[in-house]
Amino acid sequence: MFSVSKILAVVVTIAISTLACASPQELWVCADHNNLPYSNDRQEGFENKIAQLLAQDLGRKLQYVWWPSSPMFASKIFKRGACDIIMGVPSKAYDLAEPTQPYYSSTFVFVSRRDRKLEIHSFDDPILRNIRIAVPVVDDGATPAEQELAQRGIVRNVVGYTPFGDLSKDSQPAELIAAVARSDVDVAIAWGPLAGYFAQRSSVPLKLTPICAPTEPRSLPQRFSISVGVRHGEDELRQQIDAELTHRHAEIRALLESYGIPLVEPDSSPEACK
Amino acid sequence: MSNMLRSIVLVLSGTLAFGSAAAAQKNGSGVTTVPGQLSTIHLVSPLPDGEWRLPAGDYANTRFSPLDQITTKNVQNLKIVGTMSTGIPHGHEGQPLVVNGVMYVVTPFPNNLIALDLTKPGFPMKWKYEPRPDPKSQGIACCDVVNRGASYGDGKIVYATLDNHIVAVDANTGKEVWRTLVGDINVGETTTGAPLIVKNIVITGDAGGELGVRGKVVALDLKTGKEIWRAYHSGPDRDVLIGPNFKPFYKKDQGKDLGVTSWPPDAWKLGGGTVWGWISYDPETDLIFYGTGNPGVWNPDMRPGDNKWGITVFARKPETGEAVWAFQIVPHDAWDYDEIMENIAVDMEWHGQMRKLLIHPGRSGFVYVFDRETGELLSAEKFEPTNWAKNFDLKTGLPDVDPTKVTHTGVYARQVCPSSTGAKEFVPSALSPRTGLLYIPAHNTCMDHEGTEANYIAGTPYLGSSTTMYKGPGGYQGELVAWDVANAKKVWGIKEPDFPVYSGVLATGGDLVFYGTMDGWFRAVDAHSGAVLWQTKLASGIVGDPITFKGPDGKQYVAIYSGIGGWMGAVALPSISIDDPYAALGVTGAMKKIKEVTGPGDVLYVFGF
Repeated sequence: MFSVSKILAVVVTIAISTLACASPQELWVCADHNNLPYSNDRQEGFENKIAQLLAQDLGRKLQYVWWPSSPMFASKIFKRGACDIIMGVPSKAYDLAEPTQPYYSSTFVFVSRRDRKLEIHSFDDPILRNIRIAVPVVDDGATPAEQELAQRGIVRNVVGYTPFGDLSKDSQPAELIAAVARSDVDVAIAWGPLAGYFAQRSSVPLKLTPICAPTEPRSLPQRFSISVGVRHGEDELRQQIDAELTHRHAEIRALLESYGIPLVEPDSSPEACK
Repeated sequence: MSNMLRSIVLVLSGTLAFGSAAAAQKNGSGVTTVPGQLSTIHLVSPLPDGEWRLPAGDYANTRFSPLDQITTKNVQNLKIVGTMSTGIPHGHEGQPLVVNGVMYVVTPFPNNLIALDLTKPGFPMKWKYEPRPDPKSQGIACCDVVNRGASYGDGKIVYATLDNHIVAVDANTGKEVWRTLVGDINVGETTTGAPLIVKNIVITGDAGGELGVRGKVVALDLKTGKEIWRAYHSGPDRDVLIGPNFKPFYKKDQGKDLGVTSWPPDAWKLGGGTVWGWISYDPETDLIFYGTGNPGVWNPDMRPGDNKWGITVFARKPETGEAVWAFQIVPHDAWDYDEIMENIAVDMEWHGQMRKLLIHPGRSGFVYVFDRETGELLSAEKFEPTNWAKNFDLKTGLPDVDPTKVTHTGVYARQVCPSSTGAKEFVPSALSPRTGLLYIPAHNTCMDHEGTEANYIAGTPYLGSSTTMYKGPGGYQGELVAWDVANAKKVWGIKEPDFPVYSGVLATGGDLVFYGTMDGWFRAVDAHSGAVLWQTKLASGIVGDPITFKGPDGKQYVAIYSGIGGWMGAVALPSISIDDPYAALGVTGAMKKIKEVTGPGDVLYVFGF
């Protein structure tokens, strides 16, 4: 269930235009209330678990501000100072929050049914011109998959799924993976954690293949490192979290693996496409 | 939770402090001719005479009032006679209504409706209606939690809440008569535009194209709130309400199921084309007119084709919704040029002949003039620096697009004019039948559309197009443009060095043009010469639309909201850092100075003598 009281707390914060200051007794986390495998308000996501570890190590009580994950979410809520940290921000080239060291790195993957026996590693695989492909689409930009396909003129057999989908349903981004299981599409191109988690739980066996590094000069990254975001200037908190992420490295890695997340080494390049 | 709510109510209820008022006098009914009207102009819908019952005052969207007590001679005596704080420091877009001695103010989220009694001293609050929209809708609205106003009909004030309810409120008692849900915040849809009431039908659009919403217009029965029809702006003809009576003028807009075939298969399902601007109506041809927003959520390279019916002007029958004609202004949008701007219906002498015109001053930088019966494009001339297209071919209705100004993700496109915020925004123009001039609140911003930057929404890293906006050629950023409609040329302009003109415009029978600036100046200028005759600085920047009315005391008043916000104005709100030129979807680069000159506000001002 959506936590109404927490939202109202934010509304009040906005209405009186004050910054909720970080109480040293509490660790406030901005998170999506319905976005497995990352987070939900039953605290079942891996980001919930990592936030719990951090709060515990910092000796602070974990508190959440829940909000639907729209592109405006972060600037509206986090920038207003409603919380101390936001989980799952890109480790590079991101202005909203100051990233800590990465706590994981993953890759976009091709997801298909095992029984289809599709061998797709590259955007240049000719079969991509003849099968139905599901991609996430985001306004005012492009997911790497969308852009790579568009550059190759592969557009007529592509089905879009917004990562927001229908917020009234559970974990909408998973629709992308469900579409593969149902054979609505032949392949989905999805971010690793989403694909890994839902593939693990799919009644239809699914295959995940990391996308190899395209050789085109205009090719886009497929691997991203992910950090905890703290507010700019909160160096002490960032350093504390950095220390805890190092300290808990093995535990966090095991946790991520238990969620089925395909992990890659930070700053590593994907295997070159053959 | 209830304690929380109470504390919000306390904050929002604000203060009421109004000036003078006097004995009641019945307002007259609308007229369609005014003294001094040019013989070359014929008005097609009754003008607001004393009251202001519709968002634009009249059906035709002229935003012209015949009231003439306030003139070029006495305007310098205008003073504040009333103020009211709504208590909500967000963008105050749109305008109040005035009906039967009561003023009605719709606030930004949480979209309260406040009724002020104009017959009593101090203009006291009569009642307040609180629709309590879902707080989640604040997280979903793209740019700010704005509302663009209400319409009056059959004893009811009708408007939209951010969470997509259309509410009808008894104008006397403030009691809700009905509420109808017309959209779903769960799929990213919000409603910010003002509905129009035509023939006891409430017509409303939606917002949220940036979240993959499939844009639409819905018509409700004014009596019951029951849905009568809905028309989508992508998909098969039956969804778009295109039938046998659909006769678009140009070949480019003719054909079966273009809302499907002008997209890659299935892409139309996230087709955009929302309607968050103004709807107008012409009683003579019995047509409603509105424009649609940009096509949906896909990167332009991923949606080869015209992407109908994004960025299209539609003419429809109000009772059935059936489309009569359509004109897609920008095929295959790559610039975010929503064309949801006002469409002004007027008959005017055009090249020696009276024509039924529809005038659309466009975000894409041209003033488009159509024959409103047929949809023929009679003229398209630039009113601010514009280079995405050289011109329009009136034979084909197509723009001559400059390929170097087309944006692609991963590719630099520099000096594209206008920027995504357009040569004008949704803020509406006014047309005076006494001068034949259209007064356009204009912008002059250009943009560099640069490669990609990593961005992230929980669940999907993506590559945002990073767009930087800045002043266009000439070194100014905004302008009130007086446009000679018949000759398709600019007559004069009042330039703003640092900010776009982001307020609506009002023209009056006293030959005055009222508008506001983002740094908070509220002005009256001579409708003929453009001389600034009066101005006063308000508490906050102005993004609302001025109205004028005759009070129950028989005197003319002018009202305007002061409260910066909206897409461009949101930079002045506390959430957005000016250090980040890409925040607020790219506009902070163009709006760097706004925080130095104004802060959030929430005030209704009424001016009089």
